[in-house]
Parts: sequence; C-alpha cells; structure tokens
Amino acid sequence: MNPKLSNRIAISILYVIASTIVVILAALLGFIIISGLPAINWHFLTSPARAFTAGGGIGIQLFNSFYLLILTMIISFPIALGAGIYLNEYAKQNWVTSLVRTAIEILSSLPSVVVGLFGFLIFVVQFGFGFSILSGAFALTFFNLPLLTRSIEEALAAVPNEQREGGLALGLSKWETVIHIIVPAALPTILTGVILSAGRIFGEAAALIFTAGQSAPALNFTDWNPFNISSPLNPMRPAETLAVHIWKINSEGIMPDAKAISSGASAVLVISVLGFNLLARFVGHRLFKRFTAG
Amino acid sequence: MNNKLQKQLLKRSKAAKLERWGKTISFLALMLITVTVFAIIIFVASKGLSTFFSNHVNLIDFLTGKNWNPNVTNSKGQPEVGALPMISGSFVVTILSALLATPFAIGTAIFMNEISPHRGAKILQPVIELLVGIPSVVYGFIGLTVVVPAVRSVFGGSGFGILAGTFVLFVMILPTVTSMSVDALRSVPRYYREAALALGATQWQTIYKVVLRAATPGMLTAIVFGMARAFGEALAVQMVIGNAALLPTSLVSPASTLTSVLTTGIGNTVMGSLQNNALWSLALVLLIMSLIFNLVIRLIGRKGAMSK
Repeated sequence: MNPKLSNRIAISILYVIASTIVVILAALLGFIIISGLPAINWHFLTSPARAFTAGGGIGIQLFNSFYLLILTMIISFPIALGAGIYLNEYAKQNWVTSLVRTAIEILSSLPSVVVGLFGFLIFVVQFGFGFSILSGAFALTFFNLPLLTRSIEEALAAVPNEQREGGLALGLSKWETVIHIIVPAALPTILTGVILSAGRIFGEAAALIFTAGQSAPALNFTDWNPFNISSPLNPMRPAETLAVHIWKINSEGIMPDAKAISSGASAVLVISVLGFNLLARFVGHRLFKRFTAG
Repeated sequence: MNNKLQKQLLKRSKAAKLERWGKTISFLALMLITVTVFAIIIFVASKGLSTFFSNHVNLIDFLTGKNWNPNVTNSKGQPEVGALPMISGSFVVTILSALLATPFAIGTAIFMNEISPHRGAKILQPVIELLVGIPSVVYGFIGLTVVVPAVRSVFGGSGFGILAGTFVLFVMILPTVTSMSVDALRSVPRYYREAALALGATQWQTIYKVVLRAATPGMLTAIVFGMARAFGEALAVQMVIGNAALLPTSLVSPASTLTSVLTTGIGNTVMGSLQNNALWSLALVLLIMSLIFNLVIRLIGRKGAMSK
C-alpha cells in the first residue's frame, strides 16, 4: 500500500474516532440535561424528599451538598494553602520532600471508597461523631487535599521569580514576601483551582455514604442556631447529599417517581458542575484583569 | 544604653519571629497530609489483616476461594470468605474498559493535537473538561437507565453484569485518558514533526513513527491512570454490575467488584466481626492495588525520563 493511501485511510479513521467520541459525549450531556429539565422546578428544588409517595423534592439534599462543600473548604483550604506554600517556597530537594510528594500522590490516587472507609473508622466510630456533616467534611477534606495542594503549588510556582526578588530587596522577610506579594499574585489561579475542586467535592458520593450518612432528617429552616438538632447549620446531624441521594434512590428507593427524581437531580448536579467550571473561568479572568495592568 | 542596644541586636526581630511562625505552620500543614496518608495505610492494613491474624483465615484461601459467604462456615470449619469473584470482577471490568477506551482516547487525542488543533481546542477540549467533572453517580444513573436496558435487549439476560460495567467505566475514564494523552502529545517538541515532514514523511507516518513513539511513556501513564480510576470506582459500577458475589461466567451475568461489595456490605455488618473484617480485607486489596498502579506510573515516568 502506498504511503499516500495509508495516510488518507489513517486520517479518515481518526476522523471517525473523533466524531464517534463527540457523538457519544454530546448524547450523554444531552440525555442528562433533556431528561432532567422537565423535572426541575421551584417545588422540586426546595421541598423535602418523600420516601414512599411521588412528588418529593431535593431541597434538603441540595442544602446539605452546599453546606458540606463550604465546611470542607473551610477545613481544607488553609491546610492546602500552608502545604502548597511550604512545598513551593521552603522545601529543599531532599528525601523528606520526595517522601511527602509521594504521599500526596498516593492520597490523590486512593479510591474514594477507601478514603470514606477510613473516615468512617476514625471519625464516625473512633471519635464518636456518628454519621454527621462534620465526619463527611473531614472525609472530603482528605479527598480534596492532594489536588488542591497541587493546584495551589502550581499557582505559586507560576509567579515569576522577580516578584520574590523584589519583595526580598525591599527588606521583607521570606514569609512576608509570600503572604503579601506571592499569594496575592497567584490568587486568580488559586481561586480557579478552588472552584474546580469544589465541583469535584459537590459530586462526590462514595466517600460520604459511610461518613455523612444516607438519611436526611427534616430541617427547620427558621432555626439558625447551630446547636439545635433540627437546625440546618448543626454540623452533627446526618446529612445525605444530592449525589448520595441519586445513588440511594436508584439502589433501594421505593417512591414511584424515583426515575424522574434521579433525572432531575442528575441534571442539577451536572448543571452545578458546569456552573463551577464557568465560574472558575470567569473569576480567574476577572481577577487577573483586576490585579494586573492588562 | 549599650546594654539596651545589645539586647535589641541580639533579640529576634518581629519579622524573624513571624518568619519562623509562618514556616512552622506551613510545614505542619504539609506534615498533616503526610501523616494522614500513613494513617490511612496503617489503619486499613491493621483492620484488613485481622481477618488473617485474629480470625485465622488462610491468605491463600482468601485470594483463591470462589465462595463469598462470610456467615457460613465450610467443611473445614473455616468461614467462606473467598474473594476471587470480586477480585476477578474488578480486574475484568478494569482491563476491558481500558482496552475499549485506549484506541478511542488516543485517536481523539491525535485528532485534537495533530490533525485539527483548531476544532480540538474549540469543541473537544471544553466538552472533555466538563465530562471529567461529571459525578460518578450520574454515570451510574445513566448506566442504569440507558446501558443496562440496551445490553438486556441486545445480549439477553438481566442486562446487569460485567458488560454494562465496562461500558459505564469506558465512558467514565475516556475523558481522563484523552486529556492526559493530549498532554503527552503536546509535550513532544514541534521540531520532531518538522524533521519528519521535511524528510518527506506523510502526516500519518509522522504521527505513527515519530510523535506516538516519543509520546509513549506519557500515553502509558494516561492508560494506567485510567485503569486506576476504573479499579477504584465504586458507585457507578455498583449500580450496574448486578452485585452477585459469583465468579463471572459470562459478560452479561451479574457479578461484583471489590468496591461494589464494600459499598453494599459495610453498613450491614458489625464492627469487629469476621464479616466486617473480611470486608476490610477487600479494602486492603483495593489499597494495595492502588499503590501498585502508583508504582507502575512512577516506573513508566522514570523510564520515559531516561530514554530522553
């Protein structure tokens, strides 16, 4: 076969493969959105789920997902920021650093179900937190830390060295340079990383089944005292999130409209992830413009 | 006066104190992550090994036994905890989905990077980025409503099984493997392509004989990464595989994986009982496999770095 012919054949095969993939992916997205949209309305988004009858919503699950996301971020962001700063600004090239990097890599590749089981063992059983938002937030912190640390480290590494030299030349200590110059300069990239990881946390379920639990007790949305058991802010109550809810009603749900609810909830999840992606782009772009002369 | 000056000079300045504080705190944050990783490994290992040390299950029986029924004891007076059905289920879905995903992912990556970079960046890139972020339960739900009925009507049976699991994992790991393969292709220097084209090679010859060879370590890393993800995926697989702890006999009969048994079982057993310990042993197998995948990725990276 002459090279020209085989070139043409190979390239047409590549076209076929690429278009197949586009069709599969577009069909997937289209299916999620189109089958889910009819189910979504204000009632669906705000009313509590019903176990046995049709017409339940996802209000509590949606609130739980966001609350868990915020708590996880509050716990994991400072740790990841500190770790990222140390790795990029202070760490020397030695065996300790490479051990730490290996550990972070291992953590990022652990199956989330293993992270969830560890959270179950430590927080739910050992520390006696029970199935609670707090246990879930800690489990998600483990799940989130490696990627967030890496994205913060990369954001810091992308700041040009002249900035550090400038800070040191003005007589600032290294720490002051990092806090007052490097971190603000890297902030748009850091925020993009945070928002993208928020999308990942929002959809995680396997790590939450045994930590945040699979039940969503009724909440009293007029009671904002975190120490009351029915308060939405109470971190010690069990909290089924949206992703766990989809899994739960598909494996053991008995309400007649389980399929419609899962379609709607899946669409809400995917639209939220899409929203996080767009927000990440927008925020990164906007802040970058604001912080730089460009 | 002299004394005061001496004191001032010998004392740590405010900035130096702050520096020390900052360095310590950021170091502690880093150590917290490291300690957590070791804690996870130690805790899971100690729980998982207690099946063998305190319940005296034979390790070989555990890995090769075909019957998983921890409530029942067999003729030798040993509980029936043969994990072979789950282990083989996990490996079969992982390998099949990787075999299916590899040609598509690499083909798409070549298309995006070599043949039509403009369309690749405009259409494929954003879609793939979005798909990487789709939660796994959503894939599981789609598998349940679309893939399982399709498998049922085409191949018969209940539709639940390895084949459905493979399709779901295929779509799930495809975006990850594709975007990592694109990175691998992108890191091949431009002058490799220019040199090949200047020698009179066609586009396909350039891709096949030069670019793909140079990008092989990166591509392998992408595939192993996809396999690691498939191996550890829990809910999406659990929803479509049928959850029968039987040795898979065909692609369309219900089966189970390590993760699916863990998600369905751990809530129904009592901490510290043999049934529970046996599940932790499955988690340990999962952990060890994840470490092995990690090691393989490292070895590929090292080999790739050496040949450059």
